[in-house]
Amino acid sequence: MTAQTQNALLAVRDLRTHFHTFAGTVKAVNGVSFEIGTGEIMGLVGESGGGKSVVGFSILGLIDSPGKIEGGQILLDGEDLVTAGEPRLRQIRGRDISMVFQDPMTSLNPLHTVGQQMDEVLRLHTDLDAAARREACVAMLESVGISRAADRLGAYPHQFSGGMRQRVVIAIALLAQPRLIIADEPTTALDVTIQSQILKLMRQQIAARGASMILITHDLAVVSEMADHITVLYCGKVVERGPTRALIAAPAHPYTRGLIDSIPDPSNRHPRLRQIPGMVPDIRNLPPGCAFRARCPRAQALCAVEEPPLRALNAARSAACHYPLQPGEPA
Amino acid sequence: MSAAVPILEVRDLKMHFSVGGSVLDRIAFGKGGIRLETPVVHAVNGVSFAINRGEIMALVGESGCGKSTVAKTIARIHKPTEGEIRVDGEDIAQYGFAKMLPVRSRMQMIFQDPYASLNPRQKVRDIVAEPLLQQTRTAAERKGVPARIEQLLAKVGLSVEHGGRYPHQFSGGQRQRIGIARALSVMPDLIIADEPVSALDVSIQAQILNLMMDLRDEFGLAYLFISHDLSVVHHIADTVGVMYLGFLVETAPRDALFSRPRHPYTRALLSAAPSIKERRAEDEISLGGEVPSALSLPSGCCFRTRCPLAWERCARERPRLADVGGGQKVACHLVDEPERDTA
Repeated sequence: MTAQTQNALLAVRDLRTHFHTFAGTVKAVNGVSFEIGTGEIMGLVGESGGGKSVVGFSILGLIDSPGKIEGGQILLDGEDLVTAGEPRLRQIRGRDISMVFQDPMTSLNPLHTVGQQMDEVLRLHTDLDAAARREACVAMLESVGISRAADRLGAYPHQFSGGMRQRVVIAIALLAQPRLIIADEPTTALDVTIQSQILKLMRQQIAARGASMILITHDLAVVSEMADHITVLYCGKVVERGPTRALIAAPAHPYTRGLIDSIPDPSNRHPRLRQIPGMVPDIRNLPPGCAFRARCPRAQALCAVEEPPLRALNAARSAACHYPLQPGEPA
Repeated sequence: MSAAVPILEVRDLKMHFSVGGSVLDRIAFGKGGIRLETPVVHAVNGVSFAINRGEIMALVGESGCGKSTVAKTIARIHKPTEGEIRVDGEDIAQYGFAKMLPVRSRMQMIFQDPYASLNPRQKVRDIVAEPLLQQTRTAAERKGVPARIEQLLAKVGLSVEHGGRYPHQFSGGQRQRIGIARALSVMPDLIIADEPVSALDVSIQAQILNLMMDLRDEFGLAYLFISHDLSVVHHIADTVGVMYLGFLVETAPRDALFSRPRHPYTRALLSAAPSIKERRAEDEISLGGEVPSALSLPSGCCFRTRCPLAWERCARERPRLADVGGGQKVACHLVDEPERDTA
């Protein structure tokens, strides 16, 4: 564990981000811990309300009132971002950690040209002069597959298609050579053939620059093609984590198993899909014990009383379940 | 009503929208002086297919390919520019509102967005009763409606108490159940489902797909199922039609389409779809570029601007949907000239 900690680019420890609303406290992220090594792609998976986007926003210090990081540490190379303060975070955002958002229609400023929006990153984070910055922007646009890049710098976001806009967003995210990129549902708004172009591009660019990535998505298929490791969130907590292939082939937590079984599988044509019964509980008012208990086919008396901690299953994998599935065991 | 007549048959359906705008937007200066142009979006450009009773046909394609427009035109939310829409043999393409009313008891629609497709000011029982009340004429029939609503709610997995609540008190999956109950209320033979599960989380998506399959088995429903998600389509459909830029480029029984896709676009679409299975790298056709504008269609084949196999014939001549055996039809010149298929 200590050896891992030393190599980790980013270590999140017991992160708790809560939103204090009139209707009660929403514990959107409630004790999440994970680590990402240099050059690693980690998939953060879960359904709506699981807390995956809030984890991403918390890392960048983008939690606004009524939300608040109530506890935990976010260590970037050993420096705690939770206590870093806004001036320091401004230096880190874009330079050390950058973000790609879901919707390329709203994450670019419609009133500024693509060139202005790219230039801003370099002006803030580098000492380059105007000509060198322009050159860097053109080179970056070309590397994300935008032709006639020099001409396109003067274009506004509405002059690009959705896929092209997401390429621009990725170009902006990569400009200052960040060590970590947080991509929040980067291809969810895109068509499948464009999605495959963008995923391929992101994989190439991450590998070429030796950067790390947190890929936040609800789509297990996307994650399984991209990520080295997967962390599964449910109701603000990590329920399972492990290397991608091992986790997909033999999930240990019944929720992970349920997610995988809910995806129609062409090679396994059951007339009925195995569904997870019920729905995600109200996280303002979670029942005691395991949050997944009411939907779980394996739940027993203990699950209603005691919340299962995240326990190591072997060197690489862990799950938060009192009765984890053994490899090969039917659900 | 004979078994041979398909519940839905669409012949050469065309749906063009003129996007007028103001005179200033449309003015054009050409060699003949000043002209007024009326730009036309060619959303659907001659689509033909048929669905038999109890059958599920899926239309797949990317955004802007016209699949939702086909659905809405068949449901007669739009009036088609050209073509026939035969419901149980009866051509409804040019019917007005009054003549459509009895047709709507045979054909209902489920919409994509369960938040926008339910009236927020109506109670659930009133939402579900609405199509039924439109179809009832006598007081005696009307008396049976409340009991029927209770049955319907139970059928889709909701309880009687739910009938007295408003849509905002339900989750996305439950709202989609309400939409399904509303469509079922008039006992239709055909349900047009436009991306019914794409707004839902995957575990809820499985619940709704299972419900739709159960209802098909129980009531012998036919579905026209619009989706962009190939794994969902593979799970639910009996036959699949692939659309691109308003054209049907390939249609086939499900297993044929997924095991032997013939059109280059179908092949690219299948290889682009991410899968939780380990990917086999060798059969990947990847597409560059983007879909051309439906304002000005390319000459010849609609797909030639992105097709890695296109040659000059593809720019000159528009391929027709041709039968290649086993119920599979493909609109591609490679059918005549298979030696050019080098992918």
